[in-house]
Amino acid sequence: MDNTQTIQPYKETFSIRRFARRNGTQIGIISVFFALWITFIVSAPNTFLSPMIYKAFMSTIPFFAIMAMPLTLAVIAGEIDLSFTSIMAMGMIIFILVYDATSNVWVAFLAALVTGLFAGFLNGILVVKLGIPSLVATIGTQFFWRGAVLVLSQGKSGTLVYTKESLLRPILVGKIGGELPMQMIWLIIITIAAWALLNRHRFGAHIYLIGDNENSANLMGINSGAVRIIVFSLIGVVSAFAGVIASLYVTYFWPSLGDGYLLRTLASVFLGGTSVFGGTGTILGTFIGAFIIGSIEAATVAVGLTGFWTKLIYGFIIVSSVAMHAFLRKRLK
Amino acid sequence: MTNRIEFKNVSKCFGEVEALQGVNFHLGQNEVVGLLGDNGAGKSTLIKILTGYYQPTGGEIYFNGDPVEDLTVPRARELGVETVYQERALAELQTLWRNIFMGRELTTSFGFMNVKKMQAETHSLMTESMGFTSTAVTPNSAIQTFSGGEKQGVAIVRALYFDADIIILDEPTMGLSLKETRKLLNFVRGIKAAGKSAVFIDHNIFNVFSVADRVVVLDRGTVAGEFMTSEISLDDLMDKMYRIAETGSFEGEVDEGFSEGK
Repeated sequence: MDNTQTIQPYKETFSIRRFARRNGTQIGIISVFFALWITFIVSAPNTFLSPMIYKAFMSTIPFFAIMAMPLTLAVIAGEIDLSFTSIMAMGMIIFILVYDATSNVWVAFLAALVTGLFAGFLNGILVVKLGIPSLVATIGTQFFWRGAVLVLSQGKSGTLVYTKESLLRPILVGKIGGELPMQMIWLIIITIAAWALLNRHRFGAHIYLIGDNENSANLMGINSGAVRIIVFSLIGVVSAFAGVIASLYVTYFWPSLGDGYLLRTLASVFLGGTSVFGGTGTILGTFIGAFIIGSIEAATVAVGLTGFWTKLIYGFIIVSSVAMHAFLRKRLK
Repeated sequence: MTNRIEFKNVSKCFGEVEALQGVNFHLGQNEVVGLLGDNGAGKSTLIKILTGYYQPTGGEIYFNGDPVEDLTVPRARELGVETVYQERALAELQTLWRNIFMGRELTTSFGFMNVKKMQAETHSLMTESMGFTSTAVTPNSAIQTFSGGEKQGVAIVRALYFDADIIILDEPTMGLSLKETRKLLNFVRGIKAAGKSAVFIDHNIFNVFSVADRVVVLDRGTVAGEFMTSEISLDDLMDKMYRIAETGSFEGEVDEGFSEGK
């Protein structure tokens, strides 16, 4: 067949039913988002009609939402990563050690990112080259990196006020016009980058293919091992980045940095409609999922429940969204 | 005329198991070779070496008379080999266009995909080669809803799109209806008519006999025999197949009850 001949561009006629069928999970998550939002406004109008709460969301949600983006890629590829919260802290302890040695925040920042990249790469090697299931491998590295952080920091926390003198802090966590947090801008940048990678780049196409049917992908010449290693590396570098912004925001380092983000990040991905079975999932879904998860804590308190309810609700959301996917998958088969 | 592909003394071990032992095999210019053999005879292993998916443990491979070392899937494609795999090598949840271009997406720059072009190409392939007429199916349809024959059509059209001149079909009639099978056999004849070569693997000896120029019989990892279909009748070939299944060679007597009873 002649590939060079000019081919009529394909234009699909629009059909509402087809659109609904194809984007079912995304329409679902957007509907859940608005339903919850309206519920929040009705139950706690003082909180949810004031811009304050939205500024707070834009400050705090990006810390875990940006990690949910590369994590979405991993789940679509049929993998999981549970070590990223420790990688956040590992990157940050390297940041501090390198700053102590060089007194240069930029070098320290770069060192943190390289550390994250390496930690993610190591996860990839364990999973791909040694064939350890990612669930187990990353539980192991989660403990390993947390342990390394505790040893290196001697369990001590420390101030990061010195970063206030550099331009790095306003670039990462400053406020545009005193209102819009920079971490929100970074979240948007990383979201768009992840979307472009997943939907417009060959690499993203390969992620979907290996998550759907790895054997087919390999037969068709896709190097699925390399794709997985790159995905784990991306999670590593983005987690280190998230660790730096979360620490610089409070200008303080705790060795427990990242604890508490694991559930929220995973919940964002699964709530956003990414299938735990691999092969399907969207970045938009994860983005909305993160904002739902991030607002639940504030909302439970604002509507008059105690904070103890938050985890129960997280758990309910994870189980019900994964169960819904298992159900849909069964029905399609 | 040099052979399109030649295997000299090729073997393949998986640990202790010798799947192929010193196999000599060739595919001529504009020739359709049928590959027959029981389960575990080594048909799929031979094919996967040919397509670069497995690397042989010993022996030599020649393309157009030139030795090729380290044959990989992309290298085999460069050499003009396209494969319709037994397992069809499709990704069911993905769209039609993603399946057609699986592993070699058309890109613009920096690896970014030319999605519009791939959709347009897929659309023209659908109407011209796959015979889809329903407007319900578009290049953006996930292929999980397709019938077995339609999925096979996707796998075949994909093999043809990239302008291969050696087409490998591994058990292509599996799961197809009679009508779809007939269509497939005509398609194999079309490959030959277009001056290309093919290797056709099938459990069904009738299918192989009706399209192949030459039949190669594998048994327990070795070539047990080769026959030109123009020089042997279907009955004789079947008789020989039974002998191989019984004894591992064409020599010796066959249990009469077995060969007649079937």
